[in-house]
Amino acid sequence: MNLAATRDFPLLKTHIRSGEVVFEQLRLKIQVEDLTVRYGKQVAVDAVTLPIYHNLITAIIGPSGCGKSTLLRALNRMNDTIPGVVTEGRVFLDGESIYVPDCDVIALRRRVGMVFQTPNPFAKSIYDNVAYGLRINGLVRSRAETDDRVEQALRAAALWNEVKDRLGRNALQLSGGEQQRLCIARALAVQPEVLLMDEPASALDPVSTAKIEELMFKLKKNYTIVIVTHNMQQAARVSDFTAFLLSGALVEFNPTSQLFTTPADHRTEAYITGRFG
Amino acid sequence: MKLRIADRAFVGLTVLAVLLILAMLAAVIGNIVVNGWEQVTWEFLTAAPTQGMTKGGIFPAIYGTVLLVLLMTIFVVPLGVCVAIYFSEYADRESWLYRWSRQAVNNLAGVPSIVFGLFGLGFFVQFVGGAIDDAFFGARLTYGQPALIWAALTMAVLTLPVVIVSVEEALRAVPQSYRDASYALGATRNQTVFRVVVPQALSGLLTGGILAVSRGAGEVAPILFVGAAYYLPQLPSRLNDQFMELGYHIYVLSTQSPDVEATKPLLYGTVLVLLLLTFLLNVTAIAIRSRLRMKAASLR
Amino acid sequence: MASRAQHRWKDWLIERVIYLAAVVAISLIILIFLFVGREALPVLISAEVHEEVTLDNLLLAQEYGTPGARLPYVWQPVSEVPKYSLMPLFLGTLKVTLMAMLFATPLAIAAAIYTTEFAPRWLREAIKPVVELLAGIPSVVLGFFALIVLASWLQDVFRFDFRLNAINAGIALGLAVIPIIYTISEDALSAVPRSYRNAAYALGASPWQAAWGVVLPAALPGVFAGVVLGFGRAVGETMIVLMASGNAAITSWNFAESVRTLSATIAAELAEVVFGSAHYHVLFLIGTLLFAITFVLNWLGAQMVGRLRRRLTGAVR
Repeated sequence: MNLAATRDFPLLKTHIRSGEVVFEQLRLKIQVEDLTVRYGKQVAVDAVTLPIYHNLITAIIGPSGCGKSTLLRALNRMNDTIPGVVTEGRVFLDGESIYVPDCDVIALRRRVGMVFQTPNPFAKSIYDNVAYGLRINGLVRSRAETDDRVEQALRAAALWNEVKDRLGRNALQLSGGEQQRLCIARALAVQPEVLLMDEPASALDPVSTAKIEELMFKLKKNYTIVIVTHNMQQAARVSDFTAFLLSGALVEFNPTSQLFTTPADHRTEAYITGRFG
Repeated sequence: MKLRIADRAFVGLTVLAVLLILAMLAAVIGNIVVNGWEQVTWEFLTAAPTQGMTKGGIFPAIYGTVLLVLLMTIFVVPLGVCVAIYFSEYADRESWLYRWSRQAVNNLAGVPSIVFGLFGLGFFVQFVGGAIDDAFFGARLTYGQPALIWAALTMAVLTLPVVIVSVEEALRAVPQSYRDASYALGATRNQTVFRVVVPQALSGLLTGGILAVSRGAGEVAPILFVGAAYYLPQLPSRLNDQFMELGYHIYVLSTQSPDVEATKPLLYGTVLVLLLLTFLLNVTAIAIRSRLRMKAASLR
Repeated sequence: MASRAQHRWKDWLIERVIYLAAVVAISLIILIFLFVGREALPVLISAEVHEEVTLDNLLLAQEYGTPGARLPYVWQPVSEVPKYSLMPLFLGTLKVTLMAMLFATPLAIAAAIYTTEFAPRWLREAIKPVVELLAGIPSVVLGFFALIVLASWLQDVFRFDFRLNAINAGIALGLAVIPIIYTISEDALSAVPRSYRNAAYALGASPWQAAWGVVLPAALPGVFAGVVLGFGRAVGETMIVLMASGNAAITSWNFAESVRTLSATIAAELAEVVFGSAHYHVLFLIGTLLFAITFVLNWLGAQMVGRLRRRLTGAVR
């Protein structure tokens, strides 16, 4: 079976059995429908239809340049910040279309947060980094409230114990792995519903990578996570569902265990066995 | 074999060129330092000139110069920063506004300083000053004459490109990922620019301001007939006062004093002070800018 | 969310201010042209001014002086018969500028070549700030140096008829222009990709041959732009020539004589001219002329830099 081939997501399967893995009570968080994203004439994402399920981890894999990041950025309309980008098709968050003129993009980005490939904390203190999102969205009214939310976020990102005594220090002094967890904390502070992660561990060492993956498992309980990765082992380790993209088109979408053991499409098989990169 | 000798000769010529330039720089600075350093005493810096500009100090000129650049900075820095922010963060590269303002700033940088003097005279002193006089002072000559405020504004226009270039460079050095991270958290463009990008670029602001001040203290042609005076019995206290100024003082002392030999000591001292001032400012700005460039390179 | 509505209003205001700043920049350059030109206009259209001076006077040969000693081009506005020929001033500007460019261009370009092609890394980083310091010397200081020191040195060596002349001012002006030509040339030379040099070396070229035969030609538009911009700066420079060139409006090609440039004329005479007189308007006309000349030169220079960039990225041959 290849869920991508069925494309009957409105008739949502709430129950998928794949070998020994069973998904019950699947809820749809994000629905991507016939999404095409172009940079001028060049097509980056080609008529992709894809479900993102609530409180599960969905991985998007594929060779470099296949459109994974563009697809991810389409989910919180970050592509809007790039001049010359044209987006066609529909994306629904909790059933509501986000590519409509009266969509509040700012509010959308609070609900759908993003963590980038290279850790990019601001050149401010650790505290101010995490508090930034709270302040610009007017989510806190007092210093005490801010303190609370910052602590919560840092705990959720498994960083609190390491930085609780030096919140005032410049964030750029942290190690790479710590900086990335800080960026995760910063994203979590505004209490998003979805977390988009664009190759979150590719710039990190193996130990930090393991910590981030561990973190993802924990976060899964409360957040819907979509992760783009070129590291197939990571996708296999961490995700529940995997989408394989090739030249902008969705080739296969299946529960991870199935996609990696018995891929439904020969191209998927070729990719995961390393016949092309 | 012949090729190698010719080769070496040509390279040698280029080395000679560098050495010649350094030598000339050393000659100019050396001559001024040697002849002037004895002059620069505390008294020199704090007293007023006496005995027909042959003795005493140059405090009024220093005071006037400082006032001039201070006023100038108040006008030029905010405007320059806004234009730089426009260029770097807000402009649509295709729009006519962007292309025209780019052109305008480039041209502003190339206008001869004497033309700025004419502009200061024709626009600020006569047009604006005249209008103010007519409106508020019953056509009595108050602001419609050479004055500190007009000189400061003229200098501000002259140094505007300097500020813009420095600030824009610093803004562009802020990595795009910072802006991305801010947008992804739900920030608007204004919030991203003013809370993330601009704080990151403060050193560029500083560099721009310092370079502007250095230019402002050194240029004389624009203020020749817009406010500078050779000898004033009192220090300037109001915006429409005239003022003494270091560069102008040097010019007049050099060309119009009745006994150049007698004023030479004072002259050398004044030149040294001006040179030291601009040198210090430029060195500071260069140091800040190279730190900024190193930081930018490491962030990338 | 009430705060978001508030934010929208403030946001709108901030954006308006930013866009306004760009508009101010444009209007400034327009204002300069307008207000300098405004005071120059009477020379072209006012009948009153034409009683004293017309465009003919300014540009064409006139017959002044006693028969027997006809001087076709004279600038002497303050005299019984006001004489307004711009020729001596044009010539003066040209002589000083030429002298400065002859002096500065080879030095600056050679130094730029050394810096980018032959100098070790540490030296490269040391030379650039030094040249920037040269750029930071106020022109009035250079003028002072030329007037007091350089003129005497030159006099000791050459014994000119005039102590203050075009050569004196030209050398000092050259010092002011060297940093401009150097900086732009150095940028242009460094912008030439490594691969050009590597290709030359791989074919057996020496560093000099690579620099002269491959890199410099590739960077030529940029270097030329530097020269053009330096020329523009030299034409417009005031204080150095005001102090060091002798300020005599002599019409001749002899570089060892005093000269009067366009810019120095304005500076020297505007202080004492009667407001609104013909002389006053002519001075503003000279200013407008200077503005136009440097405008064109700067535009040319910018075009060339653009050409260089496009050529190096493959868009132009």
